[in-house]
Amino acid sequence: MYDAPHYTRQETGVTDVKIKAQDVQVYYGDNHAIKDVTVDIQDKTVTAFIGPSGCGKSTFLRCLNRMNDTIDICRVEGDIRIDGDDIYDKRVDPVQLRAKVGMVFQKPNPFPKSIYDNIAYGPRIHGMARNKAEMDDIVERALRRGAIWDEVKDRLQAPGTGLSGGQQQRLCIARAVATEPEVLLMDEPCSALDPIATAQVEELIDELRQNYAVVIVTHSMQQAARVSQKTAFFHLGNLVEYDDTSKIFTNPEDSRTESYITGRIG
Amino acid sequence: MPLLWLFLIVLAIAAGAYVLARVRVLAMAGENRRALHSLPVYYGSNAAMKSGVPALLVLAVWLVAQPLVIDTIASGHIPDSAIAETTSRGLVMAEVRRTADGIDMAIASGELSETAARDPQADIEDLSARLSDAGAILTSEITPPVFRAAQELRALSAVGTQAMTIIVVLIALFGALWALRETKPDFRARNVVEQGVRGLLIAAASIAILTTLGIVLSLVFNTVEFFRLYPASEFFFGTNWAPSFSGRGGASDLGIVPLLWGTFYISLVALIVAVPIGLFAAIYLSEYASPKVRAVAKPLLEVLAGIPTIVYGLFALLTVGPLLMRVFGDEGLGWMQAGTAVMTAGLVMGIMLIPFVSSLSDDIINAVPQALRDGSYGLGATQSETIRQVVLPAALPGIVGAILLAASRAIGETMIVVLGAGAAARLSLNPFDAMTTVTAKIVSQLTGDSDFASPEALVAFALGMTLFVITLGLNVFALYIVRKYREQYE
Ligand SMILES: Nc1ncnc2c1ncn2[C@@H]1O[C@H](COP(=O)(O)OP(=O)(O)O)[C@@H](O)[C@H]1O
Ligand SMILES: [Mg+2]
Repeated sequence: MYDAPHYTRQETGVTDVKIKAQDVQVYYGDNHAIKDVTVDIQDKTVTAFIGPSGCGKSTFLRCLNRMNDTIDICRVEGDIRIDGDDIYDKRVDPVQLRAKVGMVFQKPNPFPKSIYDNIAYGPRIHGMARNKAEMDDIVERALRRGAIWDEVKDRLQAPGTGLSGGQQQRLCIARAVATEPEVLLMDEPCSALDPIATAQVEELIDELRQNYAVVIVTHSMQQAARVSQKTAFFHLGNLVEYDDTSKIFTNPEDSRTESYITGRIG
Repeated sequence: MPLLWLFLIVLAIAAGAYVLARVRVLAMAGENRRALHSLPVYYGSNAAMKSGVPALLVLAVWLVAQPLVIDTIASGHIPDSAIAETTSRGLVMAEVRRTADGIDMAIASGELSETAARDPQADIEDLSARLSDAGAILTSEITPPVFRAAQELRALSAVGTQAMTIIVVLIALFGALWALRETKPDFRARNVVEQGVRGLLIAAASIAILTTLGIVLSLVFNTVEFFRLYPASEFFFGTNWAPSFSGRGGASDLGIVPLLWGTFYISLVALIVAVPIGLFAAIYLSEYASPKVRAVAKPLLEVLAGIPTIVYGLFALLTVGPLLMRVFGDEGLGWMQAGTAVMTAGLVMGIMLIPFVSSLSDDIINAVPQALRDGSYGLGATQSETIRQVVLPAALPGIVGAILLAASRAIGETMIVVLGAGAAARLSLNPFDAMTTVTAKIVSQLTGDSDFASPEALVAFALGMTLFVITLGLNVFALYIVRKYREQYE
């Protein structure tokens, strides 16, 4: 990130705005995938993005850590600020930004390395540990936050790819947590998991809320209702409705939202 | 011509059977296709298959077997006394065959009548004159036993060919009738035809496997033969390669060590050139190059792979050798005596292997799932960190496999060595010395007029066998590694 005002961890105020997006447009070549999206994402809150598939949830999520930069044909317009700093400013290095805005993907994607090296990967790249003891510490803390420490503490040198699907996904969450992000983006993190693993990850998400702003894309409305405090409903690239989760699921304002949550669009 | 005719006749019978079976089954079903078990095509194919395939098989076997059988019979007409000291039965039989061919030619050109040719009392001198008039090439005077054997040969061939024609046509007709008889609407023609197709596939696979087996066996037998004439320990551990050709006499030194050393050294130089360049090119092409650059650069690299190795050899001889001479030769550093050297061949072979390494590595790097790259970018890694720490480690086993495959190609390469490295078998550490490899020596042992039964010629098989074992081992190892790596993502 550039030298100007640094991000500071907000200690107080559960309702502080962490991410402010205004009039965001995303194009894949000629395909206008995100249209005029304006949304304020709050710190220490789980925000769920729901909507029928292809409506642009992932696309918008990937704008928040500039992962779309890795797609050649993708063009992002509009204004996205984290803690008031424009993340699309020319002086911002997207690589540095991604260390601050961690991401967990739909399919668990542990690197073909040991469990320890999977976690240590980010901290090593960003020079977060001065010696082995510090690194051990970081790895243990991240694995504990990922709620997987007890299961792997005896086999840290075993390959991460040898874990079960649910364990792999928690490993990936721990890996993202290890770089000390401020925001955690999750793109359908449970869609490849069985119900028990899903429950474990959901529980983990709820714990993560104490430290991070969490944004989760999900196609399961029950999951959105269970884990999130705020919900955004996307439809055909538009942000149709954004409100408290309880309000969205009990008393939506827009007829499209209502159709979707009652199962008529999908 | 008759053979081609016979072939066409069989095909015609098969085609007829096809049409008849189709017509018949449709007629039996009253033009109601739904009453048929299979599509009409399958009934036709079944009939064509049953009339054509056995007939053609018998034809093929007959064509191979007939000359063998007839040769044996005709050879019985030559008494041992008629075979001179200096020749062998095989050579006399070759003469018999030439005479028979000559008689055929003379008859075709009208010099000789069929009856005259069959006349057992024919005047042999007059006949020889007529044969050479007709343009037949006879190495020596025709002797009575040879002539009689030739007559026998011709008579038997004529009978055999006639019998073959009749039998093959009968088989085709019988097959066609058989198939037509079983052609009924509820006959499972589709299943039968599919079994036939499966048989065809099995036959193709067996031919490939049997041929390989045959090659290996011929290598093995000749190698065993060689070791009977030359001690194996001296072959494998001898450090001197100095074959003496039969004409000059004297014993040969046939130690493989200098050749293996040359092979190893040249391959090493080639890999030192090819692996970094090929690998870096692959990384650039798969990770950094824009689609436009890739669209141009990849085919260009593949063109490099399509250049015949003899052209690389010329390049080594005419361009790289003189260039190295200018720098390292007498006018320059003085390390190099001549343009042909390990360095010359190694450099050019390395260039030849670049596209091989790069296109294999490119495939392997592309097979690393995008999810791994995304995971790394998502943690704030740069592209080069991602490549170095995630993509390459994930692709490493596959890349090692690619390198081993490249090594086995380098070991088997011949033309570049012949033209670029010289022909001197030498044990030396200087990469600017001329050396030679196993393959190049196989060529030089078998070209020229050496006696194929001498150890100097048979050594080529022992060399080939050694090379085969080495490259087979490398390939098996490489494939094992590549396969193991594939399983990781499945
Ligand atoms: N990499 C891409 N290249 C081109 N078009 C894309 C790409 N990713 C997504 N899109 C398009 O953008 C739209 C939104 O996709 P996405 O954000 O993946 O939807 P969701 O995650 O809500 O299912 C879709 O129309 C999709 O076809
Ligand atoms: Mg998606």
